Amino acid sequence: MANNIMIPTPLRVYVDKQDVVEATGATVGEILGDLTSRYGELRKHLYNEDGRLRHFVNVYLNDDDIRYLQKEDTPVADGDTISIVPSVAGGVTAEPMP
Amino acid sequence: MTLSNLEVERYSRHLIMPDVGMDGQLKLKAARVLCIGAGGLGSPVAMYLAAAGVGRIGLVDFDVVDYSNLQRQVIHGTPDVGRPKLDSARDRMLAINPEITVEAHSLALSSDNAFDVLKGYDIVVDGTDNFPTRYLVNDACVLLGIPNVYGSISQFEGQASVFATKGGPCYRCLYPEPPPPGLVPSCAEGGVLGILPGVIGTIQATEAVKLIIGVGEPLINRFMLYDALRMKFRELKLRRDPECPVCGDNPTVTELIDYDQFCGITPVAAASKEEASQSTADATVEELKARLDKKDGVFVLDVREPAEFQICRIPESILIPLSALPSRLAELEGRSEMIVHCKSGVRSAKAVKLLHEAGFSNAKNLRGGILAWIDKIDPSLPKY
Repeated sequence: MANNIMIPTPLRVYVDKQDVVEATGATVGEILGDLTSRYGELRKHLYNEDGRLRHFVNVYLNDDDIRYLQKEDTPVADGDTISIVPSVAGGVTAEPMP
Repeated sequence: MTLSNLEVERYSRHLIMPDVGMDGQLKLKAARVLCIGAGGLGSPVAMYLAAAGVGRIGLVDFDVVDYSNLQRQVIHGTPDVGRPKLDSARDRMLAINPEITVEAHSLALSSDNAFDVLKGYDIVVDGTDNFPTRYLVNDACVLLGIPNVYGSISQFEGQASVFATKGGPCYRCLYPEPPPPGLVPSCAEGGVLGILPGVIGTIQATEAVKLIIGVGEPLINRFMLYDALRMKFRELKLRRDPECPVCGDNPTVTELIDYDQFCGITPVAAASKEEASQSTADATVEELKARLDKKDGVFVLDVREPAEFQICRIPESILIPLSALPSRLAELEGRSEMIVHCKSGVRSAKAVKLLHEAGFSNAKNLRGGILAWIDKIDPSLPKY
């Protein structure tokens, strides 16, 4: 059974501009693995070189931060939604990156 | 402290609300709130707090109003272009409510001055636009014990929460580390819906007023996400991290640090500048102009985003955004020589590196990008 993953605006460019992508797996890690196996460019934005989730990218199962559940081993049930929520710079930089 | 008859009339719609009343209004009058930034988020925050009768409102900013601010920074108007934002903001706030005091701090907040600036305020409202200042404000608020009303915006989405309350989480509990510069695709993905800071800043002002009066449920241990495109608010759970380096049980950060270094700003920015300016594989706008005039068949590749291409372009340039370049290399087969450009030369330097690695050894980076082209070759084009 597929679960919905909410993709934040800055990362949509790596998933063909979709805001929601379906992926399958029994745990959060498996579902993210399925997602990044299909959208390879996304992988380096979610994981560091050691294959760990980056510290400025939070992953939520429904409204809970998976850091406070079982991290990537957190089991996912039918109908659960996964959200990727990266930190955003904030206002608008006076001088946007060129 | 009391209210004058004029103030009673001014605040009458508050005074007749049981949850605000005279007590609440006097709390507002006695309150001192510091708003960091008089930009997109700071505009609604400062105006609403002024209107609500917050007695002392501090503003931190060092910027000057320019035309590109006016699409969202509604505290400033067209006649203010060129004025310091602090002057413009203060005039507007005092026009709304001359009963308040505006304290202008004309400086860039830093580890050296943050404690001096923040001390004495009851609440800080974070309207900053960059990671180093955001972590600085967070840490200073935690260390001083001042609640920090946080807001952040990007494109069509915003975030808000309340940090650094007693026992509550802080920004580092949410995001322990900032993204390294360049990894988050902010360059090509910039921009913001002008109304978005209005929504998020108004949430921040609401939370500040609630904290002052002591009513309702503050946005603590909760993290609000707003998506303007879907017109949806979502609430995510947040909790204090016992291992947080600043507000955890055994904090390791007990004084302010070097936040540029923490955010990796200095070395990386310098490196990319170097990459953009000192690469041997580059061309100047004068060279490009001469070659276009000669019509020697030089191929101009623009790696900006389509929206930027619509604003201005170099004649005869072909657009392939940097993000799409790896999958569209085939379109470049047979091009003997190409000059690659973006807005100012950083993205195109990445593109040239990528092209060289793919075997296109004759790709050159246009130094200074289209901004240099506008400055030196065609000033009739609009800058952005």
